[in-house]
Amino acid sequence: MREITSEEVTQAVENLCISSNCTLNEDVWKALREKLKNEESLVGKEVLEEILENDRMAEEEKLPLCQDTGFTTIFVEMGQEIKVTGGDFYQAINKGVGNGYRKGYLRKSVVKDPLRRKNTGDNTPAWVHIDIVPGNKLKISVMPKGAGSENMSTVKMLSPTEGVQGVKKFVLDWVKERGANACPPLVVGVGIGGTFEGVAKLAKKALLRPIGSKNPEPFYAEMEEELLKGINNLGLGPQGLGGSSTALAVHIKTYPCHIASLPLAINLQCHAVRHATIIL
Amino acid sequence: MVSSIKIETPLDEETISKLKIGNKVLLNGIVYTARDQAHKRLVDELEKAGKENRQPNLPFPLEGQVIYYVGPAPSRPGMVIGPAGPTTSGRMDTYTPILLEKGLKGTIGKGRRGKDTIEAMKKYKAVYFVAVGGAAVLISKRIKRIGTVAYEDLGPEAIYRLEVEDFPLIVANDVYGNDLFDEGMKKYRKVT
Repeated sequence: MREITSEEVTQAVENLCISSNCTLNEDVWKALREKLKNEESLVGKEVLEEILENDRMAEEEKLPLCQDTGFTTIFVEMGQEIKVTGGDFYQAINKGVGNGYRKGYLRKSVVKDPLRRKNTGDNTPAWVHIDIVPGNKLKISVMPKGAGSENMSTVKMLSPTEGVQGVKKFVLDWVKERGANACPPLVVGVGIGGTFEGVAKLAKKALLRPIGSKNPEPFYAEMEEELLKGINNLGLGPQGLGGSSTALAVHIKTYPCHIASLPLAINLQCHAVRHATIIL
Repeated sequence: MVSSIKIETPLDEETISKLKIGNKVLLNGIVYTARDQAHKRLVDELEKAGKENRQPNLPFPLEGQVIYYVGPAPSRPGMVIGPAGPTTSGRMDTYTPILLEKGLKGTIGKGRRGKDTIEAMKKYKAVYFVAVGGAAVLISKRIKRIGTVAYEDLGPEAIYRLEVEDFPLIVANDVYGNDLFDEGMKKYRKVT
């Protein structure tokens, strides 16, 4: 067994909370610059310029890109040969979140109870997804998810016979209806299959994939390309004000499912596509 | 480059009647921040005052004013304000028409407005400006002063008074009932 201390986990999460909120990933820079080059609308071009200028300023001054520094979603892949010592793993993660949001001057956007709505004061608790994997490494990905794009997400239980066409139609109709509010150009995370609760996680995890990477399955790679083209043909454009840059990418993640069901989830992600990963 | 129209708050009918969807605007003067919980409190007070047949006791006068939907991030020492980009406006649609009826002339946020709000903007002569969602740092540099007005217990959701200089905005709904989201989409949609 390889030992990792809870202090190491806390420190890693603290760093990831700050870096994911203050730095745009390289693939996102590239995708946004590409969109600026090709955007057809004048207003759309100016919106993209303003976004890029903002992201440059944030990086230079180490400030959060957006005031909504999100609900902290954390994906953990824990090698089965790892033992965490010196304290509770979840507590170690939440301590890292609290430290990161305090030291990074990030907004505390979490309320303790969904209806009584008192702020927890340190952006905890995070939502932690843990997968146990072979090996002795610990991979932690932090995704601060803003409410603007999260609120425009959905789960739909389709009928199995609706198939590819049903999925495509639902995704296109959904983005047309809700995309403008989610800060486009978007990354559209699509989960297909699994169960009711599992499909939402698939859609969210799909957002971690780098922009420009191809789906390993040619069938879904082609579907992603068709959906991306369809979404950009909708005309929503940057911020929904009209234009040809509505989405930077469509990422599909799938899982086997029941003979009688076809779960579908759409998790929209804003143009900042914030996430950061470390492997310990 | 589309040229910008400079305007100053408080807004009068003559100024905003000239604004059309798609216009770029640089806003100067005072704007008030308010989002979900603050809107609920403002409208609760208006309704209560109506029932009790008295003048409402509001933390700022609505006449001619502009509300910015924002919950800023904490400011670092030495900064006026932390990153302060717009939040989604649609959540305020339940409350906006009554504020427009009472004299509010402009709102600033991101994303689409509901049908009732667009109708109310036409009826009471008001405009909706879009600030670029996610341009929080850039926008914060245009905020020169900040003061707390009310509901301090709400933290980032309190009502603040911001003094802005050349706040970059785009007119998304004008006093004529036009909607840039609809028109923009129509213009750039490609039928395949």
